[in-house]
Amino acid sequence: MVSISVKHISKSYKSVNALQDISFEVKEGELFGLIGPDGAGKTTLFRILTTLLFADEGTATVAGFDVVADYKSIRNSVGYMPGKFSLYQDLTVEENLDFFATIFGTTIEENYDLIKDIYVQIEPFKNRRAGKLSGGMKQKLALSCALIHKPKVLFLDEPTTGVDPVSRKEFWDMLKRLQQKGITILVSTPYMDEAALCDRIALIQDGKILEIDTPEAIVKYYPKPIYNVRANNMYQLINSLNAYEHNHSVYPFGEFVHYTDNRTDFNPDHLKAYLESRNLSNIHIEKTIATIEDTFMELAK
Amino acid sequence: MNNNKVIQVEGLTKMFGDFTAVNAITFEVDKGEIFGFLGANGAGKTTAMKMLIGISNPTSGNANVAGFDVFTHTENIKKNIGYMSQKFALYDDLTVRENITFFGGIYGLSRKRIKEKSDALIEELGLQNVANKLVGALPLGWKQKLSFSVSLIHDPKIVFLDEPTGGVDPITRRQFWELIYKAANQGTTVFVTTHYMDEAEYCDRVSIMVNGKIEALDTPKKLKEQFKAENMNDVFLKLARG
Amino acid sequence: MKRFIGFIKKEFYHIFRDRRSLFILFGMPIAQILLFGFAITNEINNVDIAILDHSKDATTTEIINKISASKYFSIKQIIEKEADIESVFQKGHVKAVLNFEKDFSKNLIKEHRATVQIITDATDPNTANTISNYVNAILQQYQKDVNKDITIVYQIIPETRMVYNPELKSVYMFVPGVMTIILMLVSAMMTSISITREKELGTMEILLVSPLKPFQVIIGKVFPYIFLSIINAVVIVMLSVFIFKMPVEGSLFLLALESILFIISALALGILISTISATQQTAMMISLMGLMLPVILLSGFIFPISSMPLPLQVISNIIPAKWFIIIIKGIMLKGVGLQFIWKETMILLGMTVFFIALSVKKYKIRLE
Repeated sequence: MVSISVKHISKSYKSVNALQDISFEVKEGELFGLIGPDGAGKTTLFRILTTLLFADEGTATVAGFDVVADYKSIRNSVGYMPGKFSLYQDLTVEENLDFFATIFGTTIEENYDLIKDIYVQIEPFKNRRAGKLSGGMKQKLALSCALIHKPKVLFLDEPTTGVDPVSRKEFWDMLKRLQQKGITILVSTPYMDEAALCDRIALIQDGKILEIDTPEAIVKYYPKPIYNVRANNMYQLINSLNAYEHNHSVYPFGEFVHYTDNRTDFNPDHLKAYLESRNLSNIHIEKTIATIEDTFMELAK
Repeated sequence: MNNNKVIQVEGLTKMFGDFTAVNAITFEVDKGEIFGFLGANGAGKTTAMKMLIGISNPTSGNANVAGFDVFTHTENIKKNIGYMSQKFALYDDLTVRENITFFGGIYGLSRKRIKEKSDALIEELGLQNVANKLVGALPLGWKQKLSFSVSLIHDPKIVFLDEPTGGVDPITRRQFWELIYKAANQGTTVFVTTHYMDEAEYCDRVSIMVNGKIEALDTPKKLKEQFKAENMNDVFLKLARG
Repeated sequence: MKRFIGFIKKEFYHIFRDRRSLFILFGMPIAQILLFGFAITNEINNVDIAILDHSKDATTTEIINKISASKYFSIKQIIEKEADIESVFQKGHVKAVLNFEKDFSKNLIKEHRATVQIITDATDPNTANTISNYVNAILQQYQKDVNKDITIVYQIIPETRMVYNPELKSVYMFVPGVMTIILMLVSAMMTSISITREKELGTMEILLVSPLKPFQVIIGKVFPYIFLSIINAVVIVMLSVFIFKMPVEGSLFLLALESILFIISALALGILISTISATQQTAMMISLMGLMLPVILLSGFIFPISSMPLPLQVISNIIPAKWFIIIIKGIMLKGVGLQFIWKETMILLGMTVFFIALSVKKYKIRLE
């Protein structure tokens, strides 16, 4: 069963091509990630799928309904959490939840099972105004509000932006549990490390999809052996590698530099000798596995 | 004081009424070091940083930044540090050149010096073609690189970066880090506050604040060994969850 | 229906939890009415004047006594020579000097005419005019008293009678204006701000993606303000009746209906503003510049429309407030019924229908 189907969607604002010929499908009960930096077109795509914007070209269906013709049916059957946690700051936690339950024609009690896991964590603060909650708690409340009418499909636009690692971790755990209840989830994030938590991902940049697959498969596509390089001086190391005639890519990665070579018969010892000739010491070169970020950069190059 | 220590903090504390936002933190940062200052929302890192850049008065403790005392010489501190945050960076309705000139002017650079600096900076960032375009029209990544370079315009001893690379694409982010490495290599100390743990991996040393206290302080490598973690994210999770 | 009630409940939470909007809602009407009623007035009271009396005879003394006995003037200073007049004005307190010529009484008896000069400080032309009118009135009254035994043929004595506001109380003029401003402010500005606030917060996106229908969102947003505006109108009318003793000559019921009509037209304008503004700030600017200024300047509330240049007179016709002021003045002061103001009512009704139609058409069910 296909839950979300996007076919050749394009959208432009004035001179900017926000989305260019986007196509993908999300299966029912799948946790699908849209991974890309700010300005990649993620929010525009979410707004088209939640019937808030018209696409210039292409068609899309959500839960079997066309986003243009059947927009009313879609509005009844999806949950949407926009980029910033859209809550009423001057309403309490409980009032926010109650309000969203009411406008979707349901009650908190009716669907309490679905949100119970999440809501119990913020229930002790139910009389606190939403504006006074921490980022993590706001995020949980916003998710509860998006879930309260038991949607078939859940759209989460950058739900973890501005939230600390602990809350991020908890949030992804919650998404996994929701998925087990049969809800299809489309989530967007600029954080490459979150991609691994999705069933399948689409890498998106400048309105174009670079690749769609499972996180494991995407990493396997990486065309070249990739090496961790370390030396005593990071800045000189980067400069030296950039100046090396055989380099294919040089990207700092935390305490290492990820290096790929454009020769098929690359020998790390040659590189080591070169770096030593540039007065670097403590040189350490080892083979490593590509990450999603490496793939993203290779594809976006 | 030791000339190599550009930030010296001892028992620095900030109370808001009964609430201790920053609880007797102690650490030192070397010249040319990239120091990561991590913590969850509400752990107290913003409050601590405000004290270090001289816009909030400590309740007790000692701190010396760029050679000046945070209690008595905040004006001198401000002259000797740079600051960049994702929230406030540059004026969107001024051109690249106008922004550089404006910030150069704030720090009292001479007209001639501003001209030299602008030319050098525009060339280094490859912005020749957009030098007279409005900053608002530039891609986010360019803005951030420009913003970082502008924060260095008066050759500060320390530059404070508040969550500098959130949401930027991975390639631009690396170009940004290359700029940081370059600044550090030239002797500028870089103080990064963030709650994005992958940013932490790039720092020479990181401190992690939990509930107003510094609970860990070391190189990312040693912290990962100490907490038997694969990455800084895991280190953080282990620490924050107790 | 349950959805709708839930929505309205939320709106009231917003209003009652925001001190600023509460202040605008309830503080403003009271402050404005009191301000306009007490402070800003065309009447004069206890104006300081000075006397330069070259005759010092029985007649001038009598006239001076009459003037000082009135509540309008208090004699601050008696000066002796022409040269002092200038310096008296320069000191600033004295607003007028009465200069009686030499041999005032003698001239009056012998030549049947005598001159008194009224010199007023015209830096404030309105006050100067009023002072000179009041002094004239006192002089004329005195003349009448003196001449009452003598009959002069062919004398025309104009007698002016001010109808509907016999005491020329300026509060009568201001109440309809203030009521109009406040209803406009509360209705149009507050609704436009409350709708744009949802856009800014991003909650509008969620509302749009919910099964709520657009008209439900609009009515839900507008309903609390209809209610609050009606309360405001009642408070204003009560204040003016009980504090300023302003009469309501006509039907209260008609007054209420006309007010509701005006409130609805203002709300429709508010929705219209919210559809074209993305932020609360823009909505507020548009409301203030686009609605408040015309209401204050062009509705005939402060400046009479008949004395405006022709283009402005034409423009004033498209301002709903102009028609509403005519209507409430008619009902409150003249006591007229619908048969006299049906034309204005129809114009207002037409405008309201137009604004509602336009705002419903303009209201977007999507973000574009």
